[in-house]
Amino acid sequence: MYNFEVERPTSVSNAVAALGRDEAQPLSGGQTLIPTLKARLAAPSVLVSLTGIEDMKGVRMEGDKLCIGGATTHATVMREAEAHYPGLASLAARIGDPAVRNRGTIGGSLANNDPSACYPAGALGSGATIVTNNREIAADDYFMGMFETALEEDEIVTEVKFPVPDAARYEKFIQPASRFPLVAAFVARFSDGVRVAITGASENGVFRWTEAEEALNGNFGADAVKGLSVSADGMIGDLHGSSAYRAHLVGVMTQRAVASIA
Amino acid sequence: MPKDGGIGASSKRREDVRFLTGAGNYTDDINIRGQAHVFFLRSDVAHGTLNNVDTSEAEGMPGVVRIFTGADFEAVGSIPCGWQVTDRHGDPMQEPRHPVLAHGKVRHVGEPIAAVVAETLGQARDAAEAIVVEIDELPAVIDMKEAVKDGAPKVHDDLTSNLCYDWGFVEENKDAVNKAFDDAAHVTTLELVNNRLVANPMEPRVAVGDYSRSDDQHTLYTTSQNPHVIRLLMGAFVLGIPEHKLRVVAPDVGGGFGTKIFHYQEEAFCTFAAKACNRPVKWTSSRSEAFISDAHGRDHVTKIELALDGDNNFTAIRTDTYANMGAYLSTFAPSVPTWLHGTLMAGNYKTPLIYVNVKAVFTNTVPVDAYRGAGRPEATYQLERLVDKAAHELGVDPMELRRQNFITEFPYATPVAVEYDTGDYNATLDKLIEISDKAGFEARRKESEAKGKLRGFGMNCYIEACGIAPSNLVGQLGARAGLYESATVRVNATGGLVVMTGSHSHGQGHETTFSQVVAEMIGIDESMVDIVHGDTAKVPMGMGTYGSRSIAVGGSAMVRATEKIIAKAKKIASHLLEASESDIELKDGAFSVAGTDKSVAWGDVTLAAYVPHNYPLEDIEPGLEETAFYDPSNFTYPSGAYACEVELDPDTGHVTIERFAAADDFGNVINPMIVTGQVHGGLAQGIGQALMENCAYDSDGQLLSASYMDYAMPRASDLPFYSVDHSCQTPCTHNPLGVKGCGEAGAIGSPPAVVNAVLDAMRSGGKDVGHIDMPVTPARVWAAMHGAEANAARVGAVGSNAKPQPE
Repeated sequence: MYNFEVERPTSVSNAVAALGRDEAQPLSGGQTLIPTLKARLAAPSVLVSLTGIEDMKGVRMEGDKLCIGGATTHATVMREAEAHYPGLASLAARIGDPAVRNRGTIGGSLANNDPSACYPAGALGSGATIVTNNREIAADDYFMGMFETALEEDEIVTEVKFPVPDAARYEKFIQPASRFPLVAAFVARFSDGVRVAITGASENGVFRWTEAEEALNGNFGADAVKGLSVSADGMIGDLHGSSAYRAHLVGVMTQRAVASIA
Repeated sequence: MPKDGGIGASSKRREDVRFLTGAGNYTDDINIRGQAHVFFLRSDVAHGTLNNVDTSEAEGMPGVVRIFTGADFEAVGSIPCGWQVTDRHGDPMQEPRHPVLAHGKVRHVGEPIAAVVAETLGQARDAAEAIVVEIDELPAVIDMKEAVKDGAPKVHDDLTSNLCYDWGFVEENKDAVNKAFDDAAHVTTLELVNNRLVANPMEPRVAVGDYSRSDDQHTLYTTSQNPHVIRLLMGAFVLGIPEHKLRVVAPDVGGGFGTKIFHYQEEAFCTFAAKACNRPVKWTSSRSEAFISDAHGRDHVTKIELALDGDNNFTAIRTDTYANMGAYLSTFAPSVPTWLHGTLMAGNYKTPLIYVNVKAVFTNTVPVDAYRGAGRPEATYQLERLVDKAAHELGVDPMELRRQNFITEFPYATPVAVEYDTGDYNATLDKLIEISDKAGFEARRKESEAKGKLRGFGMNCYIEACGIAPSNLVGQLGARAGLYESATVRVNATGGLVVMTGSHSHGQGHETTFSQVVAEMIGIDESMVDIVHGDTAKVPMGMGTYGSRSIAVGGSAMVRATEKIIAKAKKIASHLLEASESDIELKDGAFSVAGTDKSVAWGDVTLAAYVPHNYPLEDIEPGLEETAFYDPSNFTYPSGAYACEVELDPDTGHVTIERFAAADDFGNVINPMIVTGQVHGGLAQGIGQALMENCAYDSDGQLLSASYMDYAMPRASDLPFYSVDHSCQTPCTHNPLGVKGCGEAGAIGSPPAVVNAVLDAMRSGGKDVGHIDMPVTPARVWAAMHGAEANAARVGAVGSNAKPQPE
């Protein structure tokens, strides 16, 4: 990696101030950024570490919303969200490996918006609200495409608020090398409707499979989505699976998620 | 009752104490005062004319000691190839020059173009980024069959084509083989790909060069499986340094799997640069560099045919293989698809006529060379897939078709130039049926089907050849090296021993196993024996470790040296006991006079050898140190039968290995626990090849699987608990321990069983696709199962690693 300075603010306001420095970049768990720096694919002058900000850590219920600080690790969510939102805790428990889960954070994952990451499916599938230092953004307005989000420069994900569904399930089919999802489906059943979010599959990143949602709103069961399919157009095709295969897996993973909570 | 020491005991691996407590001494742990660091600037294009390498700006960068380019190595030799294959017309293979740093052209992504020596690695890297390289990109040749077409771009402009050699074996049998096919009652044909692999030892390659002006001594510390071979190749052929001025040390090495056999440019560079800069010079490969600079393995595209008579007896085998050499000839690359592959095509079967054709091809890819099994996995995979396919075409039990054609009488001379000394293929097959619980398979299949899954059972037999030898034969076959092994046994005055072996341990547990052998012979505790290896300054000229040769060849050398020690010690004992030498017996570490209670302890005899006050000085010299070189009279031939049981999810194509059984005949076994561990590791790599590992290039020569994000390594959770048995033992007849070698069997024997099982599972789901190429990824299984309905012809078509993904 290239040389850089590190700032370790203990408050969100100090972090935002530090991010105002020239070529500054926020660093959360570093599970994407650090390997990128090691490969010399990025050259920030200043890294602003967010993991020393206590206000951005922890899992708590606020009314009927589960609120998770942006700098909360996957391992913490795995343990502490279990009692409140087991479907989300289960997603967190299956991200990467223990080393990744003890460093990587929810805010880092959502800010990066890797098209194969797990959390975007959990957030979009739950209809979560992404809270930043400036505003609140509905998940439906937040994910803008592969590695693209609605975040502005110097905007930090400080918290994510999840409505808690009656039941939810994340079904993941892994890419055998990276163990990221090749395709994964997050299905959440709320009293007022069903949400289905798909990650890993699309060249545009995480998306809602609205056709499946409509079918499931009428009849929540695996049979309801059995006949549905997504088009292979726009699906990722690579060494690990063609776009047709990914399109097929969207259906299979969704059916399995539905079946486990129907 | 299990022994608690010596031959046959599962002694704990003594080396693990240091490995597991961080006390190992790996090459990267070696830091010499004043050392500078090297960063190699590597080509990011597969093929191009190297017009200019401008280092002027980089040379002024902070910390830069010196920058080297190809021009600095024009007076230096080519990285040599250690084996010359003669083609079917009697001509030598085409052998290109292999520069230390690219000069004139770049020929694969990862080829080093320049090397920066600087005070720190970061400074070296910064300076490398300031080097301006002008390359005119040329069309790359990646696909082997395209590479040998007329008009294909040439990897080496001074060669006549991209064909390294066209090898026929046995050429004189060709017409008889063709006639047998004309006369056959049934012919089974199979086209397949043996997927390219990256070896991925846990420890990447490292080289540290050091030079002493005071005595003109060069030292290279390197991650090698054979330091003497590196000393000879690099000293004699590349740098022109005589061996007495060049020491090569390969200390603890964290896995090799073949890819650390070879002499690499980085070793020559660090040795050269240490003198040129008058500084110790260190290079440690990053994992990313390893993917594009360590020699890859396998990468064969094959058509194989089997002729059978009306009674299902095999009458002939004919093969046509394209073997990828990559851009240059790595040290032993030409031998892998020929003498380590063609000679194994008889397998376990008494097929009377065999003809093997191999076309070795240059492409704009990383050089390909030996990887765990080296040629034998390719042979086994073809043959055992073919026999399975034949059985299904004929509607007979695959196991029984094999049994019917087994070689049962030994020694057996195959039509591919080797003679199997011993074996009992029925015994290992019977053992396999038992340990795989074949009888319970149908019940397990029903359980899987109740869950909506398909279940398949696949098996195969294998034969392999270890300890390639004798040297005079391999010399005729084109080896530019001998294939003996050395051992020096040095007995100290108080009875402890140091054994210096030319074998090299890089995870195999030699220090434990070898100690057991010597301790058993003398009747002393294993703790009295130390094993020294990996340093040309300490060990007599040896050939190192590969091809599962260490116990069969290195162990035999050690036995011969120890026999000399015992013979001399008996002379000393007879003097001390005032008895005839012929009456002296050695048992449990004491010499006694037969039929009496007179004895003298081992330690008293060894003390007498070094404090020869009461000693037969007129007959024998003082001291107790002996050396032996052992050159085997034949290969050894381990064999066995493996079975795999898979569960297949028809909705996703995902395959899980539910059970795996391995029944091996390794001859006599020194340490059963270590042998079991070797089989476990081999199985993991064989299953990895079959299910997930795939080194893939795109058509421009960019490596698609260039990191662990895309190159899938098997993990513990991908593997079942194995059933491993090596109780079937037909001892080797021609080495003193009756041992055969176990290091590669698991990787050789397992891929066909996995693929046969997957195809069996697919058949049980009503999809008979005939063949599916490795790695059997979920995407491929899904495509095969669905493609079989839509377009069956596409499944099993000869593929290319340049097009790894069925659409």
